[in-house]
Amino acid sequence: MEKWSRFNIASVVLGFGFLYLPIVLLVIFSFNESKLVTVWAGFSTKWYGQLWQNQSLLDAAWVTIRVALLSATCATVLGTMAALALVRYTRFRGRVLFSGMVYAPLVMPEVITGLSLLLLFVAIGFDRGFWTITLAHITFTMCFVAVVVQSRLLSFDQSIEEAALDLGATPVRTFFAITLPVIAPAVFSGWILAFTLSLDDLVIASFTTGPGATTLPMKIYSQVRLGVTPEINAICTILIGVVALGVIVASIVTRRREAQREKDERAAFAAIG
Amino acid sequence: MAKLASAFVSRLVIIIPYAWLLFFFLIPFFIVFRISLSQTAVAMPPYMPVFDLAGGLSGIAQKLREFSLDNYVWLTEDALYFNAYVSSVVIAAISTFLTLLIGYPIAYGMAKAPRSLRPTLLMMVILPFWTSFLIRVYAWIAILKPEGLLNQFLSTLGLIDQPLIILNTNWAIYIGIVYSYLPFMVLPIYSALEKMDLSLTEAAQDLGCTPAAAFWRVTFPLSLPGVVAGCLLVFIPAVGEFVIPDLLGGSETLMIGKTLWSEFNSNRDWPVSSAVAIILLMILVIPIVYFQNIQAKADGEGR
Repeated sequence: MEKWSRFNIASVVLGFGFLYLPIVLLVIFSFNESKLVTVWAGFSTKWYGQLWQNQSLLDAAWVTIRVALLSATCATVLGTMAALALVRYTRFRGRVLFSGMVYAPLVMPEVITGLSLLLLFVAIGFDRGFWTITLAHITFTMCFVAVVVQSRLLSFDQSIEEAALDLGATPVRTFFAITLPVIAPAVFSGWILAFTLSLDDLVIASFTTGPGATTLPMKIYSQVRLGVTPEINAICTILIGVVALGVIVASIVTRRREAQREKDERAAFAAIG
Repeated sequence: MAKLASAFVSRLVIIIPYAWLLFFFLIPFFIVFRISLSQTAVAMPPYMPVFDLAGGLSGIAQKLREFSLDNYVWLTEDALYFNAYVSSVVIAAISTFLTLLIGYPIAYGMAKAPRSLRPTLLMMVILPFWTSFLIRVYAWIAILKPEGLLNQFLSTLGLIDQPLIILNTNWAIYIGIVYSYLPFMVLPIYSALEKMDLSLTEAAQDLGCTPAAAFWRVTFPLSLPGVVAGCLLVFIPAVGEFVIPDLLGGSETLMIGKTLWSEFNSNRDWPVSSAVAIILLMILVIPIVYFQNIQAKADGEGR
């Protein structure tokens, strides 16, 4: 293996600097004393204090969290099913259309997804609000879950499953006893991904919402249009903190479970050998 | 009997997500298409009799006669829409190229990193993707403003006398797209490079290739699937991007996602915005299908 050259190190460091610097600056200026977000005037947490006074903001945050929890959970179930369908059933009628429908939402511009879902809800006369946002979020996030779970299923040693089936377990029982424990880390990261995608979404939520259901991104967006303020920086910092913490915890848990699983497998093979 | 039941249950694994996607993903496109063909007055919100089959066959025939291409004619007559489509594609293409230019060395550097460091680097690339898109775009406003952090920094260094005007220009949009979509470019290229057999480059160099020649003739072609996947992952959503041109671009910036949004939210013209969406979809259908084929092929190889 060639060594890690200076050029390689420089491109990685500069690249990460580019990725992280804007976020770091945003976090720093959320603690700015001054109302200006570009001139540093001393440390203060007053903008965070003000957030708790802002009732409409808190309401929006509550709506967003409920939508994200509900939609991520449903999307994880549906997305895992879709991944199983794609990996375990290599041929069924309409498989090409199905895989197309799983992959297309990953790249579909949000304005199109949002508009088409809104027109669907109007056409079937569904009252728009909390539930329509949730349904819309399930639809686009389940495809991300499907891709994450699918990649795990592809590297899965199918012979364990076949052994369980040969020993007389039903497919359903095999899934819960064998498959699910193995793919659990991927299912879990799929859930986290769906949750954060739902938490972030502005465009699709704006199209599918109705009276009374304002999400946090919609709230942030309407304030951002009026200008940059440290208060928005403070909300953003809290959101970044929550997501970063969640992702780091998730990845530590996943890595630990992977290591445990590998150890178990090695022990099992040693026992057989 | 029990076997039959369990076969049915395992079939449900296909049926449930299939039905869900048909209903919430595919059918809505037909509704958009249907509304794009209707007259503005008829299709005014909030009610549109889309599934109105009460009139029977003659009713359907009547409906078909009401369909019109007026909205599409209107779109072609107004240069604004045509320019918006063209400029969206151009902006997305330039941004995709810039993202590749910046993303490739990062992916390459990551693939060359010591093995023990790679999972951490990988997570660090993915992490910004989990933080809100809106927040990341918002963060750039404070940096790019005329009195913003970038200009302060450059004038402190004495590099500029006049503040650079970046916000509200196309440059701000390029920066915004490159920044927001960079992980989508880096990840597929990284996974292509990481899988690569490094002895191939060594062989090329042993046979007398300079390192640069070995890169262009061996490494780059082998990473091409990752490059193509990365470019599609950036280009397709960027064409229809709304948040970035709206927050970073100026009022004269034309991008179709923004046009669709304002047509819908400000003008409340649903048929025209549906027609805008259908044309956007027609522009993107080739890259989207191409992307699906790549994905499907990747599944086949993973098996």
